[in-house]
Amino acid sequence: MGVRGVSALEAVQQGVIYGCVSLLGSVALTYESLSHTSGVFHFKTHHFFTSNSGQSRIFINNEWHDSVSGKVFSTYNPATGEKICDVQEADKADVDKAVQAARSAFSLDSVWRKMDASERGKLLFKLADLVERDRAYLATLESLDTGKPFLSSFFVDLQGTIKTFRYFAGWADKIHGSTIPTDGEYFTLTRHEPIGVCGQIVPWNFPLVMTAWKLGPALSCGNTVVLKPAEQTPLTCLYIGALIREAGFPPGVVNILPGYGPTAGAAIASHMGIDKVAFTGSTEVGKLIQEAAGKSNLKRVTLELGGKSPNIIFADADFELAVEQAHQGVFFNNGQCCTAGSRIFVEEPIYDEFVRRSVERARRRTVGNPFDPTAEQGPQVSVEQQRRVLELIQSGITEGAKLECGGKAPLSKGFFVEPTVFSDVQDHMRIAKEEIFGPVQQIMKFKTIEEVIERANNTEYGLAAAVFTTDLNKAMTVSAALQAGTVWINCYNALSCQCPFGGFKMSGNGRELGEIGLKEYTEVKTITMKMSGKKS
Amino acid sequence: MFDLKLHYGNSYLENSMFFCIFINNEWHTSIKGKKFPTINPATGVKICDVEEADKADVDEAVRAARAAGQRGSEWRQMDASSRGRLLHRLADLLERERAVLATLESMDTGKPFLHAFFVDLDGSIKTLRYYAGWTDKIHGKTMPVDENFVCFTKHEPVGVCGAIIPWNFPLLMFMWKIAPALACGNTVVIKPAEQTPLTALHTGALIKEAGFPPGVVNIVPGFGPTAGAAIGSHMNIDKVAFTGSTEVGQLIKAAAAKSNLKRVTLELGGKNPCIVFADSDLQSAVEETQKGAFFNQGQACTAASRVYVEEAVYDEFLRLSVERAKNIAIGDPLEPRTSHGPQINQHQFDKILELVASGKKEGATLECGGCAVEDRGLFIHPTIFSDVKDHMRIAKEEIFGPVQCIMKFKTQEEVIDRANGTQYGLTAAVFTRDIHRAMSVSAALEAGTVWVNCYNALHAQAPFGGYKMSGNGRELGEYALAEYTEVKAITLKLSERLTL
Repeated sequence: MGVRGVSALEAVQQGVIYGCVSLLGSVALTYESLSHTSGVFHFKTHHFFTSNSGQSRIFINNEWHDSVSGKVFSTYNPATGEKICDVQEADKADVDKAVQAARSAFSLDSVWRKMDASERGKLLFKLADLVERDRAYLATLESLDTGKPFLSSFFVDLQGTIKTFRYFAGWADKIHGSTIPTDGEYFTLTRHEPIGVCGQIVPWNFPLVMTAWKLGPALSCGNTVVLKPAEQTPLTCLYIGALIREAGFPPGVVNILPGYGPTAGAAIASHMGIDKVAFTGSTEVGKLIQEAAGKSNLKRVTLELGGKSPNIIFADADFELAVEQAHQGVFFNNGQCCTAGSRIFVEEPIYDEFVRRSVERARRRTVGNPFDPTAEQGPQVSVEQQRRVLELIQSGITEGAKLECGGKAPLSKGFFVEPTVFSDVQDHMRIAKEEIFGPVQQIMKFKTIEEVIERANNTEYGLAAAVFTTDLNKAMTVSAALQAGTVWINCYNALSCQCPFGGFKMSGNGRELGEIGLKEYTEVKTITMKMSGKKS
Repeated sequence: MFDLKLHYGNSYLENSMFFCIFINNEWHTSIKGKKFPTINPATGVKICDVEEADKADVDEAVRAARAAGQRGSEWRQMDASSRGRLLHRLADLLERERAVLATLESMDTGKPFLHAFFVDLDGSIKTLRYYAGWTDKIHGKTMPVDENFVCFTKHEPVGVCGAIIPWNFPLLMFMWKIAPALACGNTVVIKPAEQTPLTALHTGALIKEAGFPPGVVNIVPGFGPTAGAAIGSHMNIDKVAFTGSTEVGQLIKAAAAKSNLKRVTLELGGKNPCIVFADSDLQSAVEETQKGAFFNQGQACTAASRVYVEEAVYDEFLRLSVERAKNIAIGDPLEPRTSHGPQINQHQFDKILELVASGKKEGATLECGGCAVEDRGLFIHPTIFSDVKDHMRIAKEEIFGPVQCIMKFKTQEEVIDRANGTQYGLTAAVFTRDIHRAMSVSAALEAGTVWVNCYNALHAQAPFGGYKMSGNGRELGEYALAEYTEVKAITLKLSERLTL
């Protein structure tokens, strides 16, 4: 049990990672130790995270490398602003190395290409088991690096990661082609083959889950991967590198390159040796990725981008449920979700009461140390994000929305923002149009179904939407009319690895998860055979 | 007296639970108080006595299975992905017990230990893992129905599934039945063959250890005319899956119809043709067809019992086949060099030798074998007949023994007709280097599986089942899921037409 044997032992010997060690016991024990030992996480002093031990280095060919340029960058704990450790910084030259490794792992006679599909499935299952074994450790690391509450990391992020790997493990030997009754004296069959080397660029809001969403289907289909975690949150993703190796994936199948978007990210998007790129992040950068793909080698592109997701509450809805779900829908993960339900449209008769109850709920939302088990909300990921959120809040006030609560940075240390609620928000205001990516809830009023559908759809985005009603007809009519890749009825953020996820319009291209997620990682080959003589 | 050390150090024979009826994750003695012996066919020595399930025990098992599968039960409320986790855990446990199970299988069936270990156990584990992956991928659909309706389908479990399995691959057939049934969320009452109940019962302990809720799988060792018939005609069993003879398959289907129209899938006999063209890799064709004929002492529904060889290479093919058959290592199944063990029991042994005698009498040429191994109980020498004619009994009846019948053919048209001239349609094979011939012959053969340049290449991912009187329905692959689900179409009427 517990973290990887040697590392755990080293950690104990050094007496540094107390939190992690105690996490091996019960979760309850964990919180106690953690909350009583704040400031214990001086990872930077521990060689587990220094450049000669592994997990803060570049992962290529199942080995740990220093950056070609010799550069490093720092990753910080957003709850304190303190540096956690330095990480080797990948740039174009490192991406080239990784692509070479991934290409050779994908060559026709490679171990990976010759492996039984069911064996690929077994490797992914093994990876899931290893993540489960190290669950407490990874959740700690994720909270430390992102600032998200430990409980969320443990129960949401880690659970989602494990389930995603298991789900796609099961698909590996079920990716069926078809045989086709073609006209004439021909016989046709299709093979769903891997695309090749897949570049993957993941964001900082769900570093592990996004890594799993990318690796799961790519590996299930038999591709090889060059993956760049966000520069804000590289640690858990790099740890996955160690588990990839331990699980027994052949060298070069997964390569992980911590680095920045304009350098390492851009190198991936425009690389002539990469066959497909998958990106999760902002719409702005998504456009750059697609453009780079077009200019280089027409690599396939899937994008999961921003959202300004509408949440429509009808007067006949279960009121308590709607208030709580709308609250969680926007404040979850400190508001840093592409799915954030940031435009709440409430039907006129219940509007005032809904605002009152939402404000009451937001005021009760506990903000604090992510390792405090009572904290529902931690800090924003970086000082830049904190500034951006505060700036948008200011614009809301200036443009005339009514600030009901919050709106400020509450603590001197760390990148926190108070849970914030605006009422009387108008559709033209910046806070109603731009993705805030922070704990800010906008509540608008509507009168008719037609009106609210039109207003809900009146955005460049189309990622998610929700409708709260007990009326079957309303539920179906509204969900059919909304321009969004996911519609939740009487729930929010009900994501599952079995269901497709992705955006209409400028929220993205393609879908992740579910069976349909496999499509984005396969090329279909049609094999047509001339048949002599009559067909039977 | 044989015994086995189990992984936790106990002796196998001291764990008398392995010889009981498994209901509700508990071990029961038979209601009638009866037992039956199971015998090691290699030695004729009794291994142990097993509690004998009859109608009353089947009733108990069905009650348990119904309760486990009722609305609101733990099993029915479980996430689909959690069902997958349980199946994976069972696969892990089988892997842990692999050597014990392979030993038991070898002792109870007489099959060589190495076959049990590498073929039966490997197949069992892979089948479980394959269906573990399906549990949360059994998709319904949404349909664009006309007017102001919304329609979607749910693929729901059928309910209590009865399963009756044969003695030739006891553990593998157990998994072929329970894995898709459980993946789809059914509960199971399964009867292993009375000749070979031991690995199934041992698996009962593993099912409990894996954490399946009580009543999800119930194992009732017993005989066909009693326990088997009770399953076939039970009013509270929703589906029955049977693997065995065509004769009994017909009884099962009739019993299902007479009782409650339970769904039926059948995997029955075969008299499988192998067609060897002159342009094939002859050495490989000889090896594959012979393994096809003699694998598992010929006790396989897929046995390659009719080999059609093109005239030009017939003599050479025959010479190589006979030479090869004479070199087969017959002996103690637990001995690693052994590749050929005993037949399952006296009844089968007698039936095979009677058919061999009929072949000689009807004018086929006995090239080798054709008799029992001296002083060795149920062992029969691998036997080859040449000059076999299609009308002979050995060319028409399923022998279920180590007897290869080799016939001559001249044209493709002729051999297709002859190959299809049977009531069976389980498997077939064609050996040729010519792509056109491979495709046209495989298209023309009336068989659920056609192997090209290979034999017995079975995989959990690929469907398996028979045309004609070799069966109904398909096992394995995605196709098997259809046999274990009821499709429910749910149609909602809305007040207005939805936008597209």
